[in-house]
Parts: sequence; structure tokens; C-alpha cells
Amino acid sequence: MGMKAKKETIKIVIIGHVDHGKSTLIGRLLLETDSLPKGKIEEIKKISRKFGKDTELAYLADQLKEEREKNATIDTTQIFFKTRKKRFVIIDTPGHVEFLKNMITGASLAQAAVLVIDVNEGVMEQTRRHAFIASMLGIDKIVVAFNKMDLVGYEEKKFNEVKNELYVFFEGLGVKPLFMIPVSVREGVNIGGRSSETIWYKGPVLTEALEALKSDSRDAKKPLRFPVQDVYEIGGEKIIAGKVASGIVKKRQKVVFLPSFKGAEIKDIRIFKKYGKRKALPGENIGLILEQFFPVKRGEVIVQADDPQKGVNRFRGNVFWMSKEPLQVNKTVTLRCATQEVACIAEKIEKRINTSTFDLMEKDANELKLNEAGVVVFKTEKPVVIEKFSFIEELGRFVIERGYDLQGAGVIV
Amino acid sequence: MTYLDELENKTIYIVREAYARFKNIGLLWSMGKDSTSLLWIIRKAFFGKIPFPVIHIDTGFKFREIYEFRDKYAEKWGLNLIISRNEEAFREGMNPEKGRFECCNALKTEALKITLKERDLKALLLAIRRDEHGIRAKERYFSPREIDFKWNYRDQPPELWDLYKSKIGAEQHFRIHPMLHWTELDVWKYVQRERMPAVGLYFAKKGKRYRSIGCERCCASVKSSADSIKKIVWELEVTKIAERSGRSQDKENSYTMQKLRSLGYM
Repeated sequence: MGMKAKKETIKIVIIGHVDHGKSTLIGRLLLETDSLPKGKIEEIKKISRKFGKDTELAYLADQLKEEREKNATIDTTQIFFKTRKKRFVIIDTPGHVEFLKNMITGASLAQAAVLVIDVNEGVMEQTRRHAFIASMLGIDKIVVAFNKMDLVGYEEKKFNEVKNELYVFFEGLGVKPLFMIPVSVREGVNIGGRSSETIWYKGPVLTEALEALKSDSRDAKKPLRFPVQDVYEIGGEKIIAGKVASGIVKKRQKVVFLPSFKGAEIKDIRIFKKYGKRKALPGENIGLILEQFFPVKRGEVIVQADDPQKGVNRFRGNVFWMSKEPLQVNKTVTLRCATQEVACIAEKIEKRINTSTFDLMEKDANELKLNEAGVVVFKTEKPVVIEKFSFIEELGRFVIERGYDLQGAGVIV
Repeated sequence: MTYLDELENKTIYIVREAYARFKNIGLLWSMGKDSTSLLWIIRKAFFGKIPFPVIHIDTGFKFREIYEFRDKYAEKWGLNLIISRNEEAFREGMNPEKGRFECCNALKTEALKITLKERDLKALLLAIRRDEHGIRAKERYFSPREIDFKWNYRDQPPELWDLYKSKIGAEQHFRIHPMLHWTELDVWKYVQRERMPAVGLYFAKKGKRYRSIGCERCCASVKSSADSIKKIVWELEVTKIAERSGRSQDKENSYTMQKLRSLGYM
């Protein structure tokens, strides 16, 4: 007690097909890691009885009345727990296709994923869709939990069968799962502790696999990108507010504002009541004072003066479409990337992809419909500063809005 | 960056994003540890001077210590404090005996409706956290609310990365939740690190303290010997008691909180 243990935190999204056991797995994890507050399990038992059931562990995650009545997750939720080695943020997601936007919402914040798959059913429609989305969002750390092993008598053969099916499936996505674990969420097998039911299995149990996951650290060695968030005037001074997306910003550094190409020198770096700050690292939200101020607007991006970066008017992105209103070629929409916001059109939909079969449905399409993915060339009204998602995340991801609604999301590859 | 720095930075980003989008916003401050932490972070985000009003929804039933804390720090930090009350419900004698759901709804939600309208606020900053309650765990950072305050939890908009929803109809408003990703323990560790002040009710006296504070009649204390911030942090590292176990509105039946929130409760 009172020890200063520096525990790493990792955010893990739970994905998979309807009824394969995502929410129940979370409940089981909480139970096995002794993470439930006093009286919680009694409360869940009581509610379960009302619905004519035994203890329904999924209710620990499914808290909406409608979710419990329908026995299905509607919206994403986040649950915190820790083991001796790590802190976890577990993100539950709905398995039904009509709630895919909620699944994406949850998955966009995750660093790793647990794919839950019912060994009896194998790879199903939302298994594929969820895996596709996770891989598109750049989640490359994947643990597969083969659930409901109790229903196949913990048979190794059945496990290997589905495992092989899954290997082929992931190969198609270019992803290699880190761990493949036979579990029974209902019986609590291979979740927090080893079980005699699966003596043939020599790998880690689920909590061990989760503890072995590492979160990526931000890289300060990349070039400076500082998207301007706002400008405040405080005590006659103009302060440029924003978050360092990548690289390092230093006092006395010579910088350029994009896309205007105006040059400037950083006079001072401000954080409230922290004096004498000489540099700021990725992820820091700071204020910048320029040697000589000129009008600066939200959405401009500060880079080093010797960086050859310019803005672009045209780029290609992988897009997932979340709206019933399709994305149409040559119709104006709004692109948002970091704090940049510009009008743009989809000049070309090069590929239209079925996200559950991964089939190429059409080349040079006119439309991208609900739950489809596409490779799209966008043309923007004004130049935007973008990067590959794998290089600088903040400038490699974007959303597409129309009217009041966020309709699509994409990454630049 | 430390873990607390990460949490703090994310909150600053969200707060600045809210202000960049809508100038007419307000912070709901209950003087509890969460909204006081948020207020503290907002002061940092704007270099000491909060450029929008700070709203206290006053039910008239709060602990004396809470009012004292409010007045002391509103002055010390130069806050533009608005006290929001549903005077009509007061006059008609609303109180918890008339039903906790009814009382919370009238003295909190309805009071907030009045203030929102009077001040024409487009967005409210609230310090709710996901780990407090299962219903709050379902929230978005930027959550649109209808004109009648209703939260359409069955059909929430997507929210990806830090590209938060920013456009809503003229009649709607946003609930913005910059502390959603903090846990109770994180907040106390932050209070400790920042040497922030906290209302005395949180500290144990005669073997009892409050984990969560609000209206005097609807808050129960828990057994505890934690009489300092350091001891509270220790206690929370090992406790098995839920934070809001002393709050009546969470308990009455399993879905009181869901019902309250769907109608616009905090």
C-alpha cells in the first residue's frame, strides 16, 4: 500500500459477432480479477432473476434497461479494472449490425482488441466486419478468445479447426493475432486461471494475455505538427492554443504556418503556472507566443521552418461509411482532420468494398453506402496538411460530415 | 508524460474544443471533487481566467460546508458564478419526501432548464465519469440533447478519436463531459498532486466520511478512517465499496438513474 507503482494503462476493445459472448466476457473478467464492488454480484443476481435467468454476467456491462430486456448491447461502454501488473480500460461494443457506429466509436479509442468467437459458429458476418474495422483503425494487437468451449466438451480438435479458419481469415486482413485462447466465459475457464478442462492448451489464459499487451508510446522523433486549436487574447497577449500532434516544439524555434506559409519564431511556450518551459512534447496541450504576432486561425498547422511539407488539395483515403445517406461522387461534404475543417468532394470512389465478405463490389463507383468501405480520392477546396496514419496518427485520420451529422470516417494509408 | 498528465491533457483538449466551437457555454460546478477538478483544469486551459460562467444548481438542501466552499473559491478564483434555482418548486415545497426522483428532477433538471434558457447556453460542461455509474459509462464526450432536454441514448451519434461532433440544431444543446475517462481514484490522486482544496465532508470524522457529496438528506456517509487526501488515496486502492453507494438516487430501483438521465439529469 502507498507504493508508487507505475502501472501501464492499456485500452482494449471487445469485438465479435452477436451473442458470441462479448459483454459476458467482460463480466467474467471483472469477477475473476476481483474488481466488483461489494454487493454488485448480489444486485446482478436479483436483476437476472427478474428476467428469469441465472446470474447474467453481461448485465455488468449492459446497464441500459433496454439492453437487459433484449439481451443485447446497444451502445459502447467502458469499464476500468486493474491487475497487479496493469491497468485496463475495457471497451464493450454491440454485435448487432445496426449499432455498428457505436462499435466504431468504441474501437477508435482502443490500442488492442479481443475478438470473441463462438467455436460452434465460427467466423460470422460481424466477426468479419469488426475485424475489418479494427484493422482499418490500425489496431494490430489482437487476442482471439474462442468462447463456448464447454459446449464442445473442450475438444482440442474443434478448437484447432476454428483456429485454422481464423488464421486464413486474418491473413486476408494482413493481421497476425498475438494469442488464440480456448475459453468458456460461462464456466470461467482460461479467463483468470488455468483449467484442467483444457490440459492440451499450453498458452496464456486471458488475463495473462492482456497483461502481455503493450501500449505504443508517442514518438517525439517525428517532425513537428501543431494544429492550431484556438487563439486567446489574455492580458493584451495573443496565445495560440493547441496540442502537439508530433515532434517537439521549442522556444526560439523557427516555424512555418501551413497552408499560408507565413514564417514565425516561437517566443514562449505557456502552461498555466509552469514557468520557464523550453519545449513541449507530443500530447501536450500548450499555448504558444510568437515573436511577432500576425492573425492566426484555427485549423492552421505549425511545422518547422526547414520542413518541406506543404498542404495538398487531393488525397486518397480508406473510408468507412456510417450513414444511411450514401457518399456520392462530386457532392460537397465537410472534411475534418485534427482541427482542420474544409469543404471537399469525393472525386473518385476507386473501390467499393463489402466489409463482411471483403469482396470488391465495384470499381469507380458512384456511391458508398451504409456499412461499406471504400478507397476514395478526395479533392479539397483549400489545401490540407495530412500524413499517413501509420506515421502521424492525428493527421492521418479524418471524418466526413454533412449537415449536422458525422457520416464517414477514414484513414490515410 | 505521466498517467495523470495524459488524463489532464485530454480534458484540456476537450474543454478548449468546446470553447472554440461555442462561446456561450457554462460549467456545472457542484463543489464536489470531480467538478472542482474540472474547474481547476479549465483554469489551466485558459491560463487562469475562465472565459465563461460557472453554474451551481442549488437545490437549497446542500450541506453547509458546500456553500462555504463555493463562496470562498468563487471569490478566490474570480469566477463568474451563476446560482441556478427552481424558485417555483421551492415555493411549492418540493423536497425528497415527495419522492427522490421527483425532487432531483424538479430541483436539479428543471432548474438547469431555466438557467440554460435564460443564458441561451449552447453547451454545458459536466464532470461526470464513466466509472461512477453504468449509465454514465455509456456517454459520449460531446452528447447532443433535445430541446426538451431528452437524451436519446438509444441512438447516439458516432464519436471517433478526438474529432468531436460540433454541429447541432438551433434548439438543441450539448452536454460535454471532459472527465469521462477519469476514475474516482485518478481524481483523488490528481487532487493530491495539485494540492487542490476539497470540501471537508470528504474527510473522515468519528470514523465516517462522504465518498460522494450532494444534498444533505440524500447522501449517506461510509465507514472510513481516511482523514487526509493521502489516506483517501490509500483507501480507494483497496476498497470494495462502490463510490455512489451512499447516493439515494442511484439505488431506489436499478433504473432510476437511467430515467433521470434520459430526462436531462446530470
